[in-house]
Amino acid sequence: MSENILEMRNITKLFPGVRALDDVNLQVKKGTIHALVGENGAGKSTLMNVLSGIYPYGSYTGDIVYEGEVCKFARITDSEAKGIVIIHQELALVPYMTIGENMFLGNERGKSFAISWDDTYGQADKYLKIVGLSESSRTLIKDIGVGKQQLVEIAKALAKNARLLILDEPTSSLNESDSKALLDLLLRFKSEGMTCIIISHKLNEVSYVADDITVIRDGKTIETLHKGVDDFSEDRIIRGMVGREIADRFPKRPDVQVGDVCMEVEHWTVHHPVYREKKVVDDVSFHVRKGEVVGISGLMGAGRTELAMSLFGHSYGSGITGTLKLKGKEVHLRTEKEAIRHGLAYVTEDRKGNGLILTNPIRVNTTLANLEGVCSRGVIDQDKEYAVSDDYRQKLRTKCTGVEQDVGNLSGGNQQKVLLAKWMFTDPDILILDEPTRGIDVGAKYEIYCIINELVASGKSVIMISSELPEVLGMSDRIYVMNEGRIVGEFQQQDASQESIMACILKSCNN
Amino acid sequence: MTKMKVTNWLQKNTMVLILVLVFVFFAFQKDGAILLPQNITNLIAQNAYVFILATGMLLCILTGGNIDLSVGSVVCFTGAIGALLMAGGMNMWLAVIIMLVIGLAIGAFQAYWIAYVRVPPFITTLAGMLIFRGLSNVVLNGRTQSISDQAFKDIFGGGATCYIPDPFGGGTINVLCLIVGVVACLLYVGFTVRGRLNRVKKGYAVDSLLSTVLRSAVIVAAVMFFTVKLSQYKGIPAVLVWVALVIGAYGYLTSKTTIGRHLYAVGGNEKATKLSGIDTKKVYFFAYANMGFLAGLAGVLTIARMASAQPTYGDGYEMDAIGACFIGGASAYGGVGTVPGVIIGAVLMGVINLGMSIMGIDQNFQKVVKGGVLLAAVVFDVISKRNESR
Repeated sequence: MSENILEMRNITKLFPGVRALDDVNLQVKKGTIHALVGENGAGKSTLMNVLSGIYPYGSYTGDIVYEGEVCKFARITDSEAKGIVIIHQELALVPYMTIGENMFLGNERGKSFAISWDDTYGQADKYLKIVGLSESSRTLIKDIGVGKQQLVEIAKALAKNARLLILDEPTSSLNESDSKALLDLLLRFKSEGMTCIIISHKLNEVSYVADDITVIRDGKTIETLHKGVDDFSEDRIIRGMVGREIADRFPKRPDVQVGDVCMEVEHWTVHHPVYREKKVVDDVSFHVRKGEVVGISGLMGAGRTELAMSLFGHSYGSGITGTLKLKGKEVHLRTEKEAIRHGLAYVTEDRKGNGLILTNPIRVNTTLANLEGVCSRGVIDQDKEYAVSDDYRQKLRTKCTGVEQDVGNLSGGNQQKVLLAKWMFTDPDILILDEPTRGIDVGAKYEIYCIINELVASGKSVIMISSELPEVLGMSDRIYVMNEGRIVGEFQQQDASQESIMACILKSCNN
Repeated sequence: MTKMKVTNWLQKNTMVLILVLVFVFFAFQKDGAILLPQNITNLIAQNAYVFILATGMLLCILTGGNIDLSVGSVVCFTGAIGALLMAGGMNMWLAVIIMLVIGLAIGAFQAYWIAYVRVPPFITTLAGMLIFRGLSNVVLNGRTQSISDQAFKDIFGGGATCYIPDPFGGGTINVLCLIVGVVACLLYVGFTVRGRLNRVKKGYAVDSLLSTVLRSAVIVAAVMFFTVKLSQYKGIPAVLVWVALVIGAYGYLTSKTTIGRHLYAVGGNEKATKLSGIDTKKVYFFAYANMGFLAGLAGVLTIARMASAQPTYGDGYEMDAIGACFIGGASAYGGVGTVPGVIIGAVLMGVINLGMSIMGIDQNFQKVVKGGVLLAAVVFDVISKRNESR
C-alpha cells in the first residue's frame, strides 16, 4: 500500500521572468487520494501541467518517476497512454456534441475512416453507469447541467483507462450535493485501486477525501501532511498556505481625509450572460467613501470581475438587478459611455485582451476612452493628443522610447501604466482597478501602489480587486471578501490578516 | 542600428518599391508603350472604380479583416436604376442623387444585420451579392440600357470628351493640368514643412530629415510625372476629380477624425474599445453603410464610362477592391492599413493589368499573376507580423 505510484523530484519550471516551480517534490502513494493546496498562482496547476506533458519534457528540469520508471512526456497523449489523465477546471466538452462523441473525442472507436458508432455509444453507456449517470450517451452536452458534465469528464477519463486521475478544482462550479456525490465517487474509485490527485480550495472537502495533503506556496513544496499522523484541521492547512511575512513592500500613504460615501451598491445581482439562470453575483451590497481604497479579496471565480464589469455600464452579464448610487443619487448606467460620463473607470485585469490595443502607439491608447478631450467637432488635434500622452508618460514614469512606441513592445508594468493613464485621462471619481499588479515585477508594483496613493490623495476613490492577499492588506483602508458571488465578510484594515481572510473565504465554501 | 533602420524602412515602403520596380520592368517592354500619355490616362480612367471601392473596403477591413462581397452587385444595381431613370427622362443630377441614396440604403440594410444582429459580414454580403445581382437582371429585364445624356457622361467620365476643359488653350500641352500638378506639389511640400516646423517647435519627435526629404521628393516626382503625362494627352480626366475627392476625404477621415480612430480601435482590440465607452456596433454600421454609399458612387462612374448599364457590370469588382486593400498593406486581422497604402495597392494592380495587356498576355494568365501578387502580399504581412511578436 505504501508503494509510490508517482514521484516528482526536484521539478523546476521557469517562465520568462518568473520561477513558477522551484525544486518541487511530490510523492503520491498508490491507491490514495492526494490533495494539492495553495493560493492562486502558487504553482499547483503548473505542476500538474508538467506531469501531464502539457509542458513537455525539456521545458522543465527534474524527474518524473511513474510506476518505477522515469518518464519523458512530450505531449498529453504520452501521459494518457500511461494512464495519467487530467481533468481541468474549465470543462473541455463540446456543447453541440453528444455525451458519447465527447467521451471519445480524439480517442474515437473503430477505425479513423470508419467510426463505429455502436461501439462509441455502447461503451459510453457502460462508463456512464460506472459514474452513476442515468442520461443516455446520445444526449447533447448542452442539455445537461454542470454537475453532470463534470461526471461526463470523469467517465471520459475512465474511457482512457486512467490509473492516475488528476482533478483540478472539480467542485468549484458544483453545488453541495453534487460535490458530495463527486467526492464519494472518488472514494469508491480509491477502494477499487485508483489513485487520484485533487486540487481544491475547499479545505473541508480536502480533509474529507484526502489521505495526504501537499501544500505549495510560491512555487515551492512547503510540507506534506499525512492522515492519521498530522493535524488535518483547516487552520493548520491555512497556516501552511499563507505563512509568509509581509515585508515593507507598500508605500506609506500620506494622511488622506476619508470623506462621505460616494458610491453605494445595494442588492446587486447579476446573471451569467449565456446560462441566464446562473447567478454570478448574488445580492451584493457595499459602499465606497471619497478618498478611500477599498479592497475586494477572494479567489478566482468569486465574481469580483463580474461585479465590477456589471457596475461599469452593464458590460458583463444579463438580468442585472439592484441599485447603484453615485454621490447619493441613483443612476442607471446601461452603456460603458454613460459609466465613464458618471465618473467611473474600470481598469481591466486583462490588459492585453480587454485593455490596450497592442499594435497602436501609447498616444492612441492614452486617449481612446476620452477622445472628446482632444478633438473638436470630430477632428482630432494630434498636437494636443501628443501633449496629453507625453504628460502622462512623465507623470507615471512610463519607460519607453516615446509616446509613438507601440504598446505591444512595452513591459507588463509599463503597459499597466499606459492603461492607468488612459483611465486617469477620463478624469473619473471612482477607479475600479482589477488585479492592477498581475504579472508585473516587484519594482513596477511599488510604482503602481504609489500611483494609487496619489489618486486617493487627489480626492478620488479606488476599488482594488486583487487575489494577492498581502497586496489587499497592504493597500486597502477597508476590505470586502467575496466568494461564490456573495460578499462574505468585511474588515477594517487593522482587523484583517491573511489568516482571517483565508478563513473567511474557506468557511463560506463549507456551507 | 542603421541596418535595422534600413530594413525597417524597407518594410514600411515595400509596396512603393515593388510598384516602382514593376513599372520600370514594363517600361522596358514593347518600347516603353506603358509610358505613352494615353496609357497613363487609361490607368486612371479604367481603375477609377477600384480606387473608390478599395477606399470603402478599407474601412470594412479595418474593423477586423471583414470584407464586403456585395459591392460588385451593388455597383451594377445602382447603375441599372440610374440608367433606367435617365432613360425615362429624369434630370441627371436627381438621378445621381437617387443612385447614391439607394447605395447608402443598401449599405445600411446590410450594415444593420452585421452590426446589430451580428450576422457574419461574409454571409450577409454574400447574400447581398446574390440579391442585388439578381435584382439588376430583373430591373434591366436582362437587356442593356444605353445612356444618351451627354452632360452626364462628360461629368462622370466616359468617352473622348470627358476631360476638364483647358481655359488656357495651350495647344498640344494642357496647361491647366500642369498648373494643378504644380499647385498640388507646392501644397504638399508646404504642409510637410509647416507640420515639421510645428512639431520641432513643440519638441515632439520627428522623422529623420533625410527620410522626409526623400518621401517628399518621391511624391513630388510621381505627381509631376502623372500630370505631365496627362497634359500631353487630353488633360485631367473628369473621373480623376471624383477619385481625388474621395481619396482626400477618406484619407482625412481615417487619419484625423474620431470616426477614423474608432475604426482602427475596433480592429485593433474590439473588447478594449467597447470598454473604453465606444459604441462598437455604430462603428460596424458606419463602415458597411458607407461601403454601400461608395458602391453607389462607383455605379455612377461605371455607367458613365460605359455609356450604358448591363446586368453583368461590376462582376468581380469586389475582388479588385479587396485585393488592392491587402496588397496595399491592410492587415487581414484588421486595425492596420491606410488610404495612401490602398491607393498604392490599387495602382500596382492597375499597372500589372495594363502592362500585361500591352504585352499581349492572355487574360487568364493575367489573373494567375494577380492572384500570385495578392497571396505574396498577404503572406508578407502575416510573416512580418509574426516576426514582430517574437
